[in-house]
Amino acid sequence: MNRRWLDANPWVWSLIGAVLVWGLTVASVEGRGGMETLSTALGFATFYVIVGIGQMLVISAGPGNIDLSIPSVMMLSGYLSMGVMHAQDAGLVLGVLVALGVGLGAGIANVVLIRGLNIPPMIATLAAGFVMQSMTIAYSRGSTAKPAPLLLQFSLARVLGVPVIALLFLAVAGVVAFVLARSSFGRSVLAIGQNARAAYLAGVRIPRTMAAVYLVSSVLASVAGLLLAAYSGGASLNMAEDFLLMSIAVVVLGGTAISGGQATVAGVWSASLFLYLIVTMLNVLGVGAGLRYVITGLIIIGVLAVSKSRPA
Amino acid sequence: MSGATDSLVVLGGIAKQFGAVRALAGVDLTILPGEVLAVVGHNGAGKSTLMQVLIGTLAPDTGSIAVAGRDETAGYDVRRAHALGIRCVFQELSLCPNLRVFENVRILHHGLMGFGWPRRARRLVRAALDEIFPGHGIDADAVVGDLSIGQRQMVEIARAFTVTDQPVRLVILDEPTSSLGARAAEQLLRFTRRAAGRGISCIFISHRLREVLEHTDRVVVMRDGQVVARDRAADLTEALLVERMGVMADAAHAASTRANGAGADLPVRVDIQPTAGGTIRLIARAGEVVGLAGLDGHGQRDTLLQAFAAPRGGGPGARVDGSVAYVSGDRPREGVFPLWSIGRNVTIGLLRRLSRGGFLSPQAESATADEWRLRVKVRTPDMNNPILSLSGGNQQKVLIARAFACGADILLLDDPMRGVDVGTKQELFEDIRAEADAGKCVLLYTTETQELQHCDRVYVFYRGAITEEIARAALTEDRVLRASFGQTDDTGQHSGGRADAA
Amino acid sequence: MQREVASAGGAPASDADPVPRRRFSGRVLLPAAALAVMLAAIFVLQPRAMSYNGMRLLLGFSLPLMFAAMAQMCVIAASDIDLGLGTYIGLVNSLSALLLADRPLLGVLSLVGCVLAYAGMGAFIEARRLPSIVVTLGASFVWLGLALLVLPTPGGASPAWLSALVRLKPPLVPLSIVVAVLLALVGHWLFMRSSYGVVLRGIGSTPQAVRRAGWSLLTARTVLYGLAGVFGLIAGLVLTGLNTTGDANFGAPYTLLSISAVIVGGGEFFGGIVAPVGAVIGAFIMLLTGSLLSFMDVSTDWQLSVQGAILILVLGTRAFRRRRA
Repeated sequence: MNRRWLDANPWVWSLIGAVLVWGLTVASVEGRGGMETLSTALGFATFYVIVGIGQMLVISAGPGNIDLSIPSVMMLSGYLSMGVMHAQDAGLVLGVLVALGVGLGAGIANVVLIRGLNIPPMIATLAAGFVMQSMTIAYSRGSTAKPAPLLLQFSLARVLGVPVIALLFLAVAGVVAFVLARSSFGRSVLAIGQNARAAYLAGVRIPRTMAAVYLVSSVLASVAGLLLAAYSGGASLNMAEDFLLMSIAVVVLGGTAISGGQATVAGVWSASLFLYLIVTMLNVLGVGAGLRYVITGLIIIGVLAVSKSRPA
Repeated sequence: MSGATDSLVVLGGIAKQFGAVRALAGVDLTILPGEVLAVVGHNGAGKSTLMQVLIGTLAPDTGSIAVAGRDETAGYDVRRAHALGIRCVFQELSLCPNLRVFENVRILHHGLMGFGWPRRARRLVRAALDEIFPGHGIDADAVVGDLSIGQRQMVEIARAFTVTDQPVRLVILDEPTSSLGARAAEQLLRFTRRAAGRGISCIFISHRLREVLEHTDRVVVMRDGQVVARDRAADLTEALLVERMGVMADAAHAASTRANGAGADLPVRVDIQPTAGGTIRLIARAGEVVGLAGLDGHGQRDTLLQAFAAPRGGGPGARVDGSVAYVSGDRPREGVFPLWSIGRNVTIGLLRRLSRGGFLSPQAESATADEWRLRVKVRTPDMNNPILSLSGGNQQKVLIARAFACGADILLLDDPMRGVDVGTKQELFEDIRAEADAGKCVLLYTTETQELQHCDRVYVFYRGAITEEIARAALTEDRVLRASFGQTDDTGQHSGGRADAA
Repeated sequence: MQREVASAGGAPASDADPVPRRRFSGRVLLPAAALAVMLAAIFVLQPRAMSYNGMRLLLGFSLPLMFAAMAQMCVIAASDIDLGLGTYIGLVNSLSALLLADRPLLGVLSLVGCVLAYAGMGAFIEARRLPSIVVTLGASFVWLGLALLVLPTPGGASPAWLSALVRLKPPLVPLSIVVAVLLALVGHWLFMRSSYGVVLRGIGSTPQAVRRAGWSLLTARTVLYGLAGVFGLIAGLVLTGLNTTGDANFGAPYTLLSISAVIVGGGEFFGGIVAPVGAVIGAFIMLLTGSLLSFMDVSTDWQLSVQGAILILVLGTRAFRRRRA
């Protein structure tokens, strides 16, 4: 592996990290349950991946772009979809539609605030998140919030030990990678992220591209909320707590440029696995939540410190 | 010249390399106390780099710096330069727009602190403004962001001449008059003379050669990172100076303009009322190269942007018939996608054309890239190399190729030759002319009067409006310059009437 | 381009101000008016709030928020943002509750360490030219983790002096208001009047100009983050005093609330435009939304919605006015 290839494929680092951590974890329990650990990690990491892909697209669209509404969208989508399902398979389709509706609605709200009212994305998504969060809190009083059995089975299903949702979002990641490299939309996002002014003057359609980016992010977050609520057997108010930080962490660790214009989809996957496996390892080693947070935070900052910063 | 001990500043053998580009190739420069020295040369000749070395924001690769007879090469930086009394007024405004005028004075003076500093800062800047620009009308408490560009420039100049605990010995004025009104520019030029009388030296960087000749003692001409001539201003004429700057004879270009009158019946592509009104509309037809002239920042760029935005629904007062492409000379900020290959930098302009069923075909993409590599002669073995591996001139070729390749009917060129070397410039103007001959309509804004000779007609802008329309045959530097200051040729007929009728 | 003013050429500079100086811009007047309207509404709905004790109850929890807002403002002055402030306040809360009462020396040392860590974070961001949003986000994990390490479950105790301090009953005016006025004055002096405050605001708009004038951006950012660390520290301490106990998660809401307070109070995200007086007012506005809702018999579940709506309203109006200008 030469230096240039590594620079072009920054996701390799977090993949190496993931493999190392997995090895250490398995070694620490004398080789038992290695595959089981990996399988569980794949399942959990999928949720980071889903929101990570959306956050990656947003961050790739250039400085100042970030979606802080992700956890709120997840919560609202999880609660509303579980709420209409009433733990019945009959409500499954409606529940999925409601989740997607939440994603679309949140995306549109973000776009209206950012492009229509000219509010900086950070505050726009933050404020939209505030509103959705309080809607969830108000709604959560006295609702059942249990998934349809079919959805529950789907979220836990495995093929040859590999979670089905992991396979599904491996495919989604592949599609996103292809779209970024080879489609007009993907090129537009990356062009805006590198140099928005130049993109405008080169005739890139900025408004629709940016709208699409925020819509995709919100819809992915709503899907993550739906699946996570099902996976954990019901929605809860704190289920999305970590996802704001994690969605950004997997993007940054995966090698996507924080200054925009360059996205690494494979990195979102490898970084998600890496971060989740670290949690697993520390759990196996009996380390408490506190140290886990500290280590995760230090890893994020450490990776930033060693990564090449783009010359200003 | 004079002995090193009498000199204020002696720069010796200053060299600076940026990647592949040699910005300064061993420059010697001596500045005497109380002299007004002009440094002239084309964009990219190395003037700005040299000044950055002089004020300590850029360390040279090799060379020595001596101030007032002492060698200061080691540890020379901004603070040291400031302590030695060397100040600079930058071309890009370097005031903080969120701060008030007197607060910006404080930023410059580290010693301006303690009890009552705001009062002292206000007094300093008011005194300087009153002396340099009598009747300036600027409130020391005004927030800089609320001032006009001209007023900000005045504040910045005045600030450079304020004195607290450190002396002022040398003030570098980089294109100071370009954003000042005629009256303030005159005031400034007279002031530098008075300051020189008090022993304060000034370095004057300007493209306005007449100004240079009338108001400076000595002229240093730079070209390709070197000083190529040093003369007493009194010994020079404008023509002589232009020759020293390395401008080629214009006979060669004159032939390349369109035969007069040959396309008067061609369709009008652009018809724009500049933002600040005025009686003359800008009209451009297919097959024409139309120049936008005047001093920088007088509405030319706004007019181009207005034309660019018009087909997408914006732009009142603008009628644009056909598709448009925009090329900016500010490559880092408005042109280049720095993370991409040369090829991708071309094809971003024609994504829709290269798409098959919503996705780009890699074959079509690389074929297009290679085609344009040959057509505009980009000097690279492989269009997959990063765009930043190219020199500025070749980057500009890529940007122009992007605009040509997208097949737009109208090309909007915003000072496209900034920092482009003479040879490349020549090639690019030939390409532009070829596009015009093929029926494209080209609007060319340039700050360099010499480049206007590539145009069929020229509109001169002043304060956001067009003051004069000049046909190629009647184009002289003098006439452009006068119109740039709002003085039109009353005897010459101006063709604004025709424009209104169209 | 140039306003003509009748003036003798080269007239000597005078000390007299040609126009009255604007000490407080419209930036602060708008939030002040908004606060007045909110207070008026509260007093109409609940006249008993208009007393000394009523105000004390109403504004009881304004102390941590106003210091948090001031901390956030220090960071926003550099056109940065701090997404870790809330968990930092939680860390200070946990540390002080665990240590200050029983082992004061260790407690003080650990708190000094917190401030130094904050200043170091500023230096790190400047030296590596990193986006503050990601660094502070990463740091928020660290603060939260440390807080959970020292105090895995809520507990500890506030030292008696601290509890007594936040419960002081100054004559005539409740403590929150006295502190708010003092804090606003200190912030105003620090950022708007002191000579170094000019430099601190300068780096938020045009860092290269400030650097060209010979200032160290590293020092300036370190000072700003250090100040943020100090104000965040005070916020955490006050929180300990009010709650008389520590909890790693107590601080969490202050991240977003402090950002909102700064923005609502007239600060801008970019360009080094901050208003210390406004930030304090903004803190009161964000705090009072809860009281106002409960006096209007609306479930406080909706408090976040109202806060979000206020943010949108303020920023939307500002963007609209800018576009028309």
